Amino acid sequence: MPRITDVPVLPPASTAPDQASEHPAPGPPATAPDRPQQPNQPQRPSRSQRPKRPKHPERHRGHAWARLISPVAVVLLWQLVSSAGLVSAQKLPPPLTVWRTAVSLVTTDSPAYGTLQGAMLVSLQRMAIGFAFGAVVAIGLALVAGLSRVGEDAVDPLMQILRTLPLFGLIPVFIVWFGIGELPKVILIALGAAIPLYLNTFAGIRGVDARLAEAGRALGLSRTEMIRHVILPGALPQALTGLRQSLGVAWLALVVAEQVNANAGLGFIISQATQFLRNDVILVALAVYAALGLITDALVRLLERRALAWRRGLLSQ
Amino acid sequence: MAPRTPLPVTATPTPATPATATPATPTPVTATTARGLVREFDGRRVLDGLDLDIAPGEFVALLGVSGTGKSTLLRALAGLDRQVTGVIQGPENVAVAFQEPRLLPWRTVLANVALGLRTREPQTAARSALAEVGLTERAQAWPLTLSGGEAQRAALARALVREPGLLLLDEPFSALDALTRMTMHRLVLRLWQRHRPAVLLVTHDVDEALILADRVLVLADGRITFSAPVDVPRDPNRDQNRDRDHPALIELRHELLRQLGVSQEG
Repeated sequence: MPRITDVPVLPPASTAPDQASEHPAPGPPATAPDRPQQPNQPQRPSRSQRPKRPKHPERHRGHAWARLISPVAVVLLWQLVSSAGLVSAQKLPPPLTVWRTAVSLVTTDSPAYGTLQGAMLVSLQRMAIGFAFGAVVAIGLALVAGLSRVGEDAVDPLMQILRTLPLFGLIPVFIVWFGIGELPKVILIALGAAIPLYLNTFAGIRGVDARLAEAGRALGLSRTEMIRHVILPGALPQALTGLRQSLGVAWLALVVAEQVNANAGLGFIISQATQFLRNDVILVALAVYAALGLITDALVRLLERRALAWRRGLLSQ
Repeated sequence: MAPRTPLPVTATPTPATPATATPATPTPVTATTARGLVREFDGRRVLDGLDLDIAPGEFVALLGVSGTGKSTLLRALAGLDRQVTGVIQGPENVAVAFQEPRLLPWRTVLANVALGLRTREPQTAARSALAEVGLTERAQAWPLTLSGGEAQRAALARALVREPGLLLLDEPFSALDALTRMTMHRLVLRLWQRHRPAVLLVTHDVDEALILADRVLVLADGRITFSAPVDVPRDPNRDQNRDRDHPALIELRHELLRQLGVSQEG
């Protein structure tokens, strides 16, 4: 299951620590960054958490290994409990069995499951198409709504209505409208991805520091220059936070969508394994979902580090 | 400035009337005039028929108690306030430095200075402006890595690189520590001597006003209620700074404090 890990949300650029300490009262009170609004979805695996980035990253680095201890201990305990016969291997297969199952799923093309990598590619493709579609639409709509009042009046109410709809409650309707093929799956993923990304990008655009915008006007920037130099870069941090959230929701949507009559992909493996009572296979498929989620999250983090290099000065202080 | 202000301006750029003897400079020699400026916030008149004149190259300091509309006046002169009524005439180029540096954190210091510059080689101009404020080495730095003083110098460079005929300074030194502020005073005087823009410095610091300005104004009840020249010679060996203890300065300081409602006997 893709987890939405700690999002390093920083204070808005205009209130860097050094400035904050030197400007006791710089005009209007510096507001906290708009928290990304989240769609009301109880199914969400975990709400994006508050910033927990340590003040001294270099001191934190030594902790990286220490953080591995508890997960490894849990896996060892799991193995011991299974080996001792305390739980049925059918209900909770021991880690070694899960590992062997994973290897055989990769190396043999079984008639029941196909190969693990083949299934993974099918799921990945579904995800990529749905996510790309949702992301493009969301960013486009956020720009329209964020950059003009008319656009906001036209787009934002619809998006606000859409975000209150329970995503997975739409599945029965989607089946009626779009059948049980690829289309409803892709649309579900696209919708799941689009909403957090839209909300955050829109809020990011509207949350750009008004004092910077005023400085831009004082410098005589044209509307285009204003958008290019002030508004879009100012909205980027929150848009990227939205990107990570939307990836989390999109993976979740993929998992759920694939439960509906999948004849290929990781969801197909899981539904086959359910029939054969093979919990080890299910665990392998879940682990692949988790790994894919972690990888895409790491990619966005990398993108953040590159695109938001200007905040590094803030981090190193 | 007139074309930039959305005021009901009857703006023919005023003919160059070199009222004071200014040295020959490339900056256009146009006086700044404001007549009958009115600005209301929720029915409260912050500017109430304000008149103001600033001669070309003149350094004017504007004092006033908090909330008297000093910044409102400055924003009006900068063309940033669309709801001011009245007539403003002035130089084509107006630049502003705010209380906070307001550098775009996602652009390098150099890019910030060159931002929106319409000259032929903005990068070169920006570089030499940074050299003037002593920030050559920080040209490629991110603004968030600058100290408060460095950031404010970068903001000054960004204002001056536009070769403004009128430079508006909105309490630009108030957030700096005392030592940095003194360095900045000297820097501003040096830059003013070299470029000779008219300067309107909004401040709440009486001493700052007396050291820097040719003329001090007091804003109260929406109008300029007091205006006096600072007839104390500048010291050319100290970047045109003035001697704080000059008797005439002391006398003027008393008068200003009285105008601002601060009792000397207390």
